[in-house]
Amino acid sequence: MDLIFNLFVFVLASFVGFELISKVPPTLHTPLMSGANAISGITLIGAVLITGSLPLLLPESTADWVVGILGFLAIVFATVNVVGGFMVTDRMLEMFKKKK
Amino acid sequence: MGAETSSFLDSAIMLLYLVATSFFIIGIKRLGSAGTARSGNQLAAIGMLLGVAVTLFDQQILRYEWIVAGMVLGGLVGAVLARSVAMTSMPELVALFNGLGGAASALVAWGEWERVGAAGLGPDALVTIGLSLLIGSITLTGSLMAFGKLNGFITGKPITFPAQNILTIVLMAAMLVASGLFAWDPSMEMLFWIILGGSLLLGVLTVLPIGGADMPVVISLLNSYSGLAASMAGFVLNNPLLIVSGALVGAAGLILTNIMCVAMNRSLLNVLFGSFGGGDSTAGGADSAGTATDMIIKETNADDIAIQCGYANKVVIVPGYGLAVAQAQHVVKEVATLLEQKGVEVLYGIHPVAGRMPGHMNVLLAEADVPYDQLYDMEQINSEFSTTDVVLIIGANDVVNPAAKSNPGSPIYGMPVLNVQEAGRTIVFKRSLKPGFAGIENELFGAEQNQMFFGDAKKSLQDLVRALKENE
Repeated sequence: MDLIFNLFVFVLASFVGFELISKVPPTLHTPLMSGANAISGITLIGAVLITGSLPLLLPESTADWVVGILGFLAIVFATVNVVGGFMVTDRMLEMFKKKK
Repeated sequence: MGAETSSFLDSAIMLLYLVATSFFIIGIKRLGSAGTARSGNQLAAIGMLLGVAVTLFDQQILRYEWIVAGMVLGGLVGAVLARSVAMTSMPELVALFNGLGGAASALVAWGEWERVGAAGLGPDALVTIGLSLLIGSITLTGSLMAFGKLNGFITGKPITFPAQNILTIVLMAAMLVASGLFAWDPSMEMLFWIILGGSLLLGVLTVLPIGGADMPVVISLLNSYSGLAASMAGFVLNNPLLIVSGALVGAAGLILTNIMCVAMNRSLLNVLFGSFGGGDSTAGGADSAGTATDMIIKETNADDIAIQCGYANKVVIVPGYGLAVAQAQHVVKEVATLLEQKGVEVLYGIHPVAGRMPGHMNVLLAEADVPYDQLYDMEQINSEFSTTDVVLIIGANDVVNPAAKSNPGSPIYGMPVLNVQEAGRTIVFKRSLKPGFAGIENELFGAEQNQMFFGDAKKSLQDLVRALKENE
């Protein structure tokens, strides 16, 4: 049942996405793309949940080490995506000015 | 902690996720118009901060050391990249961030699989782990290939070998079957590694045959994939915030991909499997109406252009990627300012595929302090040409080629172009008569009202600046 419910959410959100973005002027396509790209770094939350689930700072079992390393890498990659994405989008949009 | 407290905490987290989701939606909405875009991006960033912050209160989390360490490291790297990148390299940076996002989503699926173990996961969870791994890995290697091609590490020409398309399609089908089998019988651990390896290879194979000119399409598509990958990771973890945000990004990427395809008059399948846009020397050969040999080319110089523009009422500048390559955006702005001081109206006409990613040229001109209300898109500018005296075409070629309208034999026939020939005078700034990306002759060069100004774009524009100043 979870899967079906999640599919509902997914499909509805996709429709919202299409509606939101179809009217964006070409001038803003690059910042839109890099801003959207930063949002896709939301997977950071998943990475945090997995990494934080380990009870020990230095795991005892090999299996936990594997989980820890995978989670840690995911946190690093996703944070680069999020922080870099939002910052560079802001840098671009700061330059967009109306005629004085 | 009692059961009641814990369920209260879970509900509170979910409600705050809902707030974060709303921030994303309003943020994207505000990104859609130039006046509100910056605040939209900031709103989305706050939504992200909120989402991550409340996740730290999740009861599943027992330790924070590695989380903090990873975030500090990633944040530093991200901040340095974002601050130091040159605006001309935006496509590379977006490709790189895409790849990292895809990798993170694949790692989350992999981590969950290792954490819970195959036995503890139902078919629902397993099918989403398979898909998350699949899309995330394709995004990673596809984006790295795109990064390499944009950066020049890998040749921008399509790399092809016999039966390549068949191999890609068979591999794609095999990976989907493998993901299904993986959910059916999780005891076959081998399947997990097959999906991982196969999809990493698939990402490489998909981007390998795509030429440099088609990179805007590829980047948009990979952006969509990175969203889908995040959404799939949300399915794995039953996390609605991930599902919604990922779906929004997936939709955004698809729309931009479609806009790019329409702008080049190509279908997505043709871009992915057509191996176009790498300078195919046979394209548009004998059957095109005017070849370089029988065109009468009229050359001009900076002083003459300065006079023509100085007496004009309206001048339209059509910038192409050649302008960005020559780093000439600032000189263009200088030319425009000098003309405006003489009372000339200056507009910029920007074709959707003018840069190396959607909207790239607008960013480059914004960096040079060109106000965005002077930047006209294709539809807006096409209605301006009939009242325009002089069009300066700088580093652009295929996007002003009239063959796209008039010559059904031309490979770019049907591609929407800027109707510059409607203006009184067109002046093409170009290094030589060499054809553009698509390898097609341009009849405009020999047209009655056209003049050529040969040379490096930046140097030519600097000459023009000098000539305009002398004419004062």
